Amino acid sequence: MDLKEKLISSFMAFEEQLDLSSPIHEMRTSSLKQFEKLGFPTKKHEAWKYTSLAKLLKNDYSIFPKKETVIELKDVKKYFLYDIDTYKIVFIDGIYSPFLSDTTHDGIDVCLMSSALSKDKYKATIDKHFNTIANQNDSLTALNTSFTKEGAYIHIFKSVVAEKPIQIIHFSTSDQGPMLLQPRNLIVVEENAQVQIFERHQSLNQHQVLTNSVTEIFASENALVDYYKVQNDLDDASIIDNTYVAQKAKSHVSVHTFSFGGQLIRNNLNFFQKGEYIDSTMKGITIIGEKQHVDHYTLVEHAQPNCESHQDYKGIYADKSVGVFNGKIYVNQIAQKTNAFQKNNNILLDDTATINTKPQLEIFADDVKCSHGCTIGQLDKDAMFYLRSRGIPKKEAKGLLTYAFANNVLESVKIPAIKSRINKLIANKLGVSIGHDL
Amino acid sequence: MLTVKNLYASVEGKEILRGINLQVNPGEVHAIMGPNGSGKSTLSAVIAGNEDYLVEKGEITLNGEDLSEDDAEQRAHKGVFLSFQYPVEIPGVTVTNFIKTAINASRKAKGLEDMPAKDMLKNIREKAALLEIDSKFLSRSLNEGFSGGEKKRNEIFQMAMLEPKLAILDETDSGLDIDALKIVAHGVNKLKSKDNAVIVITHYQRLLDHIVPDFVHVLHNGRIVKSGTKELAHELEAKGYDWIKQLAD
Repeated sequence: MDLKEKLISSFMAFEEQLDLSSPIHEMRTSSLKQFEKLGFPTKKHEAWKYTSLAKLLKNDYSIFPKKETVIELKDVKKYFLYDIDTYKIVFIDGIYSPFLSDTTHDGIDVCLMSSALSKDKYKATIDKHFNTIANQNDSLTALNTSFTKEGAYIHIFKSVVAEKPIQIIHFSTSDQGPMLLQPRNLIVVEENAQVQIFERHQSLNQHQVLTNSVTEIFASENALVDYYKVQNDLDDASIIDNTYVAQKAKSHVSVHTFSFGGQLIRNNLNFFQKGEYIDSTMKGITIIGEKQHVDHYTLVEHAQPNCESHQDYKGIYADKSVGVFNGKIYVNQIAQKTNAFQKNNNILLDDTATINTKPQLEIFADDVKCSHGCTIGQLDKDAMFYLRSRGIPKKEAKGLLTYAFANNVLESVKIPAIKSRINKLIANKLGVSIGHDL
Repeated sequence: MLTVKNLYASVEGKEILRGINLQVNPGEVHAIMGPNGSGKSTLSAVIAGNEDYLVEKGEITLNGEDLSEDDAEQRAHKGVFLSFQYPVEIPGVTVTNFIKTAINASRKAKGLEDMPAKDMLKNIREKAALLEIDSKFLSRSLNEGFSGGEKKRNEIFQMAMLEPKLAILDETDSGLDIDALKIVAHGVNKLKSKDNAVIVITHYQRLLDHIVPDFVHVLHNGRIVKSGTKELAHELEAKGYDWIKQLAD
């Protein structure tokens, strides 16, 4: 039985565990039908031309976690942002870990999707937002919806500034063999409210894990959302991250994605602008090697006038790694005075590494500024000579220059603890010693 | 200290150096002058080990040791330093971190431990003071957004930190106003000793008023066509390079 069949035949058992009278029961059922119709994407789909899931789908994944696994904080502390005070929503093999978490209902809701889906007090928010911007025609999103059970639920009320960043951390362990995880997050940020979120998926030992995650983010008028994703997982861990962002007037949303490790990473990042004077920022640093594969698939829909979008993705590829960047900018006919910028700069450290980069601009307004630029290059020879002439060996010089190449993406990271953490991850990844300032 | 014998070098198949002979002894300052395109920067790049240049013939030795098989970093470890005409910008790496990385790389190559942080800090403070560099400057990204003068001062700061045996200053005076030029020259003069040597590559005389050379060589078409003492530099300043070209042709 292949994975698709297994998922479909498991669905009834899955739903029986849950409340069949749940308001999203219908949604789950119709999403499953949608998935059944569409199936997993293959390389024949234009959007998946350079990324094949075929190998991953051969694993015999367990579809829902059976038992709880206990892990000690001291063993996993390093994966958290631990040097600043934060709220935390932590899952182990898809199951909520109250012990590692720190949630709140004080002025903001930082809690679980499972409670939000089952309790009356959240019903209005769920009805209004849940699964309203996630793409119904995307098979992986539909699959996630049909198995929606757990994830993070974050609600920042009108004019509230969340005083601490929120961490969403998913751990996986090898206790249950190959595992398919499908977290579902909903983030609602009301007018004039602000929040910063940090998300990480981490397997704790080598085992096949595939995460198919869906996150919906709603930013109301004048809201501010900064979202940071760290993808630095072990070699057998893969993730398909489907993130949908809807923004109202004057809101600012940024998503930074740092992809440093894992077997296969696919980021489907979608921004829908639904008002004027909106700012959307998408930034990423990818540093991979060996046979790793990272695919960034972005979409910005400029629907109204006077909005901006900024995309800046840097990629550094070694060995036989493969990078993909596909950035689509859509500008509606009435979206005059749109400023849409897109950059994708790449360095191939070895001849065996590959990058496929493709900007897609669909512009139907005539008074807009849109720019896009892709570069693929090697390290600057003069710069290499400069460093080596100072006594810095070739390998370390390469590391320093690639570090310098990627570094400016970090300028827009607003939380110093995240910035210094990412800095260290990059330095480690590139084998340079940076950050020990005198 | 440095001996260059019958050196021929080319870049992308084009021959630039055509038989250079040069002897630099400890404690000496040599100036290499010459018109644009005469091969001045090529000579400095070849001595420092730039792989873009191919040495066709001849030899370069430092204290009797042949450098021809050495990479740029190995030459640096042996005491060669090149101050660049166009220093490279490295965003995200501070001046301090860069120089620490460079110093500890050299120490590692010599089998030494990293320099203790306290000593490093003291050293950095002293050398920064020598070149009138303030501490804010040291935490900026290397050469990023530096003015021409700041870049050159930073080059000499690195030289001061690395304490080379042989320092080659490639067009260090270009882009410097007179005040910056004096600071740079003062730094170089302070660092001069009977055990090290300096090669100053320049188009103009003015730097040589401040870093006074023991010998002046004139390069033309990849050869040293005339050598002399500091008076030769004054003569060049007054008469230009045309008479040298005629002399050579």
